[in-house]
Amino acid sequence: MGIFILRRIIVALSVALTISIISFMLLHLSGDLAASIAGPEATVEQVEQIRVDYGLDRPIINQYLDWLGGALQFDFGRSYYYQSTVVDLIVDRMPITLTLGGLALAIAVCVSIPLGVVAAIRRDTWVDRLALLFAVVGQAMPSFWFGLTLIVVFAVTLQWLPAAGAGNWQNFVLPAIALGYYATPAMMRLTRTGMLEVLESDYIRTARAKGLRAGSVIFKHALRNAVIPVVALAAVELGFMLGGSVVIESVFSLNGLGQLAWDAISRNDYPVVQAVVLIIAMFYIVLTLLADIANAALDPRIRTR
Amino acid sequence: MSLLEVKDLRVDLPVEAGMLHAVRGIDFSVDRGEMLCLVGESGCGKSMTSLALMGLLPRRARLTAGRLDFDGTDLTAASERQRSHLRGRRIAMIFQEPMTALNPAYTLGNQLCEAYLRHKLGNRRAARARAIHLLERVGISAAAERLNQYPHQLSGGLRQRVMIAMALMCEPDLIIADEPTTALDVTIQAQILRLLRELQQEFGTAVIFITHDLGVVARIADRVAVMYAGEVIEAAPTAALYANPSHPYTRGLLSCIPAPGKTPPGSRLQAIPGVVPSLVGHVEGCAFRNRCPQAQMTCEQTPPMQALPDDHRARCHFADRLAPAVPQAEMSS
Amino acid sequence: MTASNVSSAGPSVPSSSATGPNTKPMALGEIPLPAPVWSRLTRRLFGHRGLTIGLCLVALAVLIAIFAPLLAPHDPYFQDIANRMVPPIWHDKGTWEHVLGTDKLGRDYLSRLLYGTRISLTIGLIAALISGVIGTTLGVLAGYFGGRVDAVISYVITTRLAMPVVLVALALASLTGGSLVTVIVLLGLLLWDRFAVVSRSVTQQLRDAEYIYAARTLGCSRAYILVREILPNITGALIVVITLEMAHAILLEATLSFLGMGVQPPLPSWGLMVAEGKAYMFFQPWVIVIPGVALFLLVLAINLLGDGLRDLNAPGGRN
Repeated sequence: MGIFILRRIIVALSVALTISIISFMLLHLSGDLAASIAGPEATVEQVEQIRVDYGLDRPIINQYLDWLGGALQFDFGRSYYYQSTVVDLIVDRMPITLTLGGLALAIAVCVSIPLGVVAAIRRDTWVDRLALLFAVVGQAMPSFWFGLTLIVVFAVTLQWLPAAGAGNWQNFVLPAIALGYYATPAMMRLTRTGMLEVLESDYIRTARAKGLRAGSVIFKHALRNAVIPVVALAAVELGFMLGGSVVIESVFSLNGLGQLAWDAISRNDYPVVQAVVLIIAMFYIVLTLLADIANAALDPRIRTR
Repeated sequence: MSLLEVKDLRVDLPVEAGMLHAVRGIDFSVDRGEMLCLVGESGCGKSMTSLALMGLLPRRARLTAGRLDFDGTDLTAASERQRSHLRGRRIAMIFQEPMTALNPAYTLGNQLCEAYLRHKLGNRRAARARAIHLLERVGISAAAERLNQYPHQLSGGLRQRVMIAMALMCEPDLIIADEPTTALDVTIQAQILRLLRELQQEFGTAVIFITHDLGVVARIADRVAVMYAGEVIEAAPTAALYANPSHPYTRGLLSCIPAPGKTPPGSRLQAIPGVVPSLVGHVEGCAFRNRCPQAQMTCEQTPPMQALPDDHRARCHFADRLAPAVPQAEMSS
Repeated sequence: MTASNVSSAGPSVPSSSATGPNTKPMALGEIPLPAPVWSRLTRRLFGHRGLTIGLCLVALAVLIAIFAPLLAPHDPYFQDIANRMVPPIWHDKGTWEHVLGTDKLGRDYLSRLLYGTRISLTIGLIAALISGVIGTTLGVLAGYFGGRVDAVISYVITTRLAMPVVLVALALASLTGGSLVTVIVLLGLLLWDRFAVVSRSVTQQLRDAEYIYAARTLGCSRAYILVREILPNITGALIVVITLEMAHAILLEATLSFLGMGVQPPLPSWGLMVAEGKAYMFFQPWVIVIPGVALFLLVLAINLLGDGLRDLNAPGGRN
C-alpha cells in the first residue's frame, strides 16, 4: 500500500514536470511571443525591444529553467498586463473556480448516483429509459449553450436567480448546474453498469439468502462495490470541470481562474496562461492521485495487499 | 410429518426462443435431520429447484406448485416479507462458488453476524461469540482474528468453511447446499463433505445436498433423488438406489463411475451417448428416450412415477420389468 | 423435437385468442409471451431505434453539407443591413423570405445554418481521423509490445490526460491565429487519448489470442501481424471511438469559436453564431436557440450512432 502510493506520487510529479515543459515549449515555439505582445502595429525595433525587455532573446532552455526555478518557489513572474504578480492573481481568482467546481461535482454526484442506482434496479422500465435519455441529452448539449439557456429561462424570464457575477451563493447555482450536468452522464452510466454487474453477483445472492431486507442488500452489499469506480471517475471529472470552467465562467461572467486564463490568452499575457495551465494540470494530477488512494481505501483487496 | 413437502413443483423461464421449462413437476420431501441428495448433470433443474425453495428465483421466472410446505407454512402463499423471515433464519443456503459468494468489501465477522442480527437472535456481542464458536467448529483456527479478515485473504476451502458456519449461524432447520464442493480440490472436497455430514448429525439439521457427482452421494446421503431434464426420474434410500438402480439414466450414471477393483484396468470409461433435450417449448414423452438403450414406442408417452419395493420410485415404463442390463450392475449383484 | 412442438402449438393460438385468453386451460407450449420478454424486445427495438435515428440524422447532415449551395436560399455571407434581426417564420413578423430569420448583419440564418453543417462535419471528421491515426498507433504499439514501450506510451497518455484540453486549445488557437485548418489540426493533435486507451487494452487482449500465436509461429513479421491480424480486429472498437471523438471535436470547435478563439468570422460556425447572437438572446432568444439546437441534434445523432454500434459490437452488454 505504502509503496503503491509512493510510486503513484513519483509518477504524478514527473507528469507535472513534463506538462510544465510541454506548456512552456508550446507557448514559446508556436508563434513569435514578442511580436504577439507588441501587437500588429509595432515596428521591428519595438518588437526587438520587447524581446530584450521580457528576456525572450535568451536561449529557450535558459528561459525555461529560470521559469521552473521560480515556479518551484511559487513565483510565476509578473503579469504582462496587470500590475501584480501572477501568484497574487491566481490566489485571488482560485476560490471562485474551486467553489464552482466543488458545487458542480456535488450536483453531479447527487444526481448521477441515485439515478444510476434506480435505473439499474428498475432495469428496462420507463425509469431506466428516462435516465438513459437524460444522459444522452447531457452528452450532446454544448455546455456554453446550456448555460445561456439557463440564463434566458431562470434569470431573465422567471427571474429566480441572478445571471452574472459572484456576489453570493445564488450566483453559483446556475453555473454549477450547467457545469455539473456536463459530468453527470458518464457517472450515471458507470453507476448503472456497476450496479447491474454487482446485482448479478454471487455475493448478492448470498446476502439475499440470509433474508436481509432489500434496502440492506442494495445499499450495504451492492452500492458499496458499485461506487468504487465511480469515485475515481468523479475525481477525473472534477479535474476536467476545473479545466473546462473557462467556458462556464465566461458565460456567467464569473471572475475565476478560467476567466483569468481567457483574458490572459486574449491579451497575450503568457506568464498567466502558463501558470494557470500548470496549476489546473496539477489539480488534475492530485485529484487522480487522491482517487487512486480512495479506491485503495474503499477496496479491501487493494488496501490489505 | 416431513419438514419440507414438495409436490408438482414447476419453474418456467421465458427465454428468447420461448418458454424454458426448467423444473417440470417434481415431488420430494425432506424429514427433519435427514440428508437428501439431488443428483443430476448441469441444466437438469437442480439449482433452479434450490432457488425456488429459497424464494430467490430470477424475477422473470415463474413458479407454480401443487404443494410447497415448509414446517406447516405454505411457501407459495407466503408474502415476500414472510419468506425473508424464513431465509437465513430457518432455511439457509451454501453456494457453489466460495470465491465469489462472499462480499469482498466486508469482513468475515460482519458477514457472519449479519443474518443473526437481522433475525434478532441477540446483540452484536452474542453474534460475535456464536460466529467464533462456529468458525472453530468448522475447523478454522484463530477464529477471533479471522473475524476481522476479508474474504480475499482466505483460500477457497477456508471460504467454504466460512460459508458453512454462516449457514449455521441461526441454527436453521434446513440447509440447501448447492454443489458446495465442486469448485474445490479433491482433498478439500473430502474434508468439507465429512464436516457437513458431522455437523448435520450434530445439529440435527436437514440438508438438501445438490451435486452432479454420484460418487459423493454414496458417502453422505440418506436418500437420493436423481434429476433429469427438469424431472425427478428416480428416488430411493441411498442403499436401495445403489443396489437396484431402476431407471436407465441412473444406471448409465453409475456405470460412468470407475470403481476401483471392479472396473478392469484399461477398460473404457462409460459415457451416456447423446445430449440432454431442449426444455424450451412443450416436452412430451420420456425425456431420456433419445439416449436410452431400452427406448421403445411406448416411451413417446410420458411415463408415470412407478412405485417399487423399499420406498423406491422410478419414472420409467419398464422400471419394474427390465432386469439390470448394465455390466457394472451385473458385477456388483 | 422442440421445433415440432412449437409448430404444433401454433395452430391452437388463433383458437384460444378467438375464444378469449382464459376460457380454455392452456397447455405448457402455448403460454403467451409474458411481460419480461416484451420489455426485452422493446429494449432491443429501442436500442436499434437509437441507431436508426442516429444514422438517419447523420446521413441527413452529410447530405445537407454536400448540397448546401443548392439548399441554401441565400448567400450565407451576403449582408443586408436593412433586414437585420428578422425573426423566424413561426414568429408574428416572420417572412418566407428568411425562414429562420436573419442575424445582426442581415445575413440569412437558414443559409448560415446549412453551411455551418459543413464546418462542423469537416472538423469532426478530419480531427477524429488525425487523432485516430495518432492514438491507434500509440495504443497498438503499447498493447502489442508491452514492457518498456508500454510504460513510455502509458506515461505519454497520462500526461496528455492531465493537460486541460480547453485551455491548451484556446491558448494555441489564439497564438496560431484561429482558422479552420489550425482548429482541425489542434483538435486532431489533442483528442487522441481515448483512441490510445481503447486500442491499447483491446490489443493487449488480442496479443495472447491463439491466432496471433499461430501467425507468430508461422514466422510472420511483426509489421504483418500488427497490420493484418491486430488492426482488423480492433476496428469494431475504433469505429465506436471515432463517433465519440467526432462528437467531442464538434463540441470543442463550437466552444472555441464561441469563446472567439476558434473559427473566425465571417465563417458560419454554429458556435460562432451562438457567440454573435449572445447579445440579442434576451429579446430574440431564437438567435441562440437555432444554432444551439442544430449543434445539439448533430452531436446527439453521432452519439446515438456510436451507442448503437457499440450495442451491435457487444450484444447483451449495453451500458
